[in-house]
Amino acid sequence: MKEVSRRKVLALGTGLVAVAMLPLPALASNEKVMEDIRKFTGGAEAPESSIVKLEVPEIAENGNTVPLSVSVDSPMTADNYVKRVILLAEKNPNPGVATFHFSPRSGVAEASTRMRLATTQNVIAVAELSDGSFHMTKSQVKVTIGGCGG
Amino acid sequence: MATVKPRVKAPKSATTGEIITIKTLISHKMESGQRKDKQGNLIPRQIINHFTARYNGEVVFEVDIEPAISANPYLQFNMRVEEPGEFEFIWNDDDGSVYATKQKLKVG
Amino acid sequence: MELTGKSTVSVFGAVFATLLVPALLIAGQAQANPQGVDTVKVTPTSEGHPFAEIYSGWYFRSPETQRLQEDDFENPAFLWVEQGEELWSEVDGAANKSCASCHNDAADSMATAGANMPKWNEALGKPVNLEQQINLCRTGRMEAEPWKWESNELLSMTSYVKLQSRGQPVEVATDGPMKPWFDKGKEIYYTRVGQLDMACSNCHEDYYGQQIRADRLSQGQTSGFPTYRLKWQKIGSLHRRFKGCMANIRATPYKVGSDEFLALELYTAWRGQGLPVEAPAVRN
Repeated sequence: MKEVSRRKVLALGTGLVAVAMLPLPALASNEKVMEDIRKFTGGAEAPESSIVKLEVPEIAENGNTVPLSVSVDSPMTADNYVKRVILLAEKNPNPGVATFHFSPRSGVAEASTRMRLATTQNVIAVAELSDGSFHMTKSQVKVTIGGCGG
Repeated sequence: MATVKPRVKAPKSATTGEIITIKTLISHKMESGQRKDKQGNLIPRQIINHFTARYNGEVVFEVDIEPAISANPYLQFNMRVEEPGEFEFIWNDDDGSVYATKQKLKVG
Repeated sequence: MELTGKSTVSVFGAVFATLLVPALLIAGQAQANPQGVDTVKVTPTSEGHPFAEIYSGWYFRSPETQRLQEDDFENPAFLWVEQGEELWSEVDGAANKSCASCHNDAADSMATAGANMPKWNEALGKPVNLEQQINLCRTGRMEAEPWKWESNELLSMTSYVKLQSRGQPVEVATDGPMKPWFDKGKEIYYTRVGQLDMACSNCHEDYYGQQIRADRLSQGQTSGFPTYRLKWQKIGSLHRRFKGCMANIRATPYKVGSDEFLALELYTAWRGQGLPVEAPAVRN
């Protein structure tokens, strides 16, 4: 029986790595994300705050479909509610992922979706409250690429 | 998919003051505009770019959607129930198509 | 997880993997099962099976991927199942029939069909799988055009039909006229091919549960097909998946619907006997 070392297989296998859906060359620098946040806040500060929570996997099995939930602690009454939450992927070719628009009718400022991440990076959420304040949180997702199955 | 079909899961009845969860899924490739075809040409972007949830005509929840949202977009959100009525869910495609579906809600 | 430099694929490796797997799998797995099945781990019902326990592909995926299959609404594969349900009652072809014309309610007529494929077709003198059976009905009974293997229509129909058998344990005939096909499938499974000179067994028997680069190897069970693969961002057929594996080891893949893949489908179904049909599944 012919012997194949696993190291040899891995070395040969380098060329087979599946390429992520979003190509890597034009990765967004921190500049672009900062610009997107500035556009969202109109230049106002968006300090890190524990009222915004991001639920993302620590390791994404496939960058094509990364489930996420975002929630903002708020009574969601007519005079105290979350207006918008923007989601950004720091190192995607274009950082913008989605902007959620809530209303007092939402009951809770919570939303879930599935996103594409090109590489290991921080996912950032910035919330705008009805009082004009902005709050931010970020969470790192490790994106694995490679493996099998055509 | 030949026809783009939306799916919605929302309760058919609720009580006043209850916060209900609505889940939506729609089949769509969400072509990002970043991919290249076999000849090396960029495949043009075509995505669902906007989602609106209205209740009795009033916008309850809206999303501006970018190409970084996965294919077959999934959206989950909530609403506090106040009166009986009808939901309308609307998805807008880059190509101008609009996909919509309605669902009634009974309040007891 | 750091890979050790084993230089031979050996019995030791297989035993090691079998002992190591339960420990690897218990850590960080979601608690619930996929919707519609009671278990993803069974004692194989096939006689002479190399494993004491078999696990569905679900077992090897990350908790987030698993969660996508815990709810039929959230499972993106159901976008195709819905289309399949519509196509079931749609008249097509010169004979003016739909699937429903002969098969009535799919929940009754297809209750076990998806668990017993491939099966012997006397008229053709060979086994057929679900895709082929559907097209036989379309061309023979409905006088309609056959659907392409990876078309949305055929994928929708196979996922809809397989769903009707969800929960049923996989059981295939491998004796009588099926025996030469079973033997052929087994031979393919264990024969090294391609530039990387690897056989299915090298990954799925010897190293399941361990990492190949960033991917966790499964046992290569097929109970979840057709499957929504995150990588494909759509549902896909078993033969498509077989082709992908062969391309990865730099072998020329067999064609979808080929005798080779049919034999391999039979053999891998035998390796999964006892597992409940889990289609349509979500995998990476």
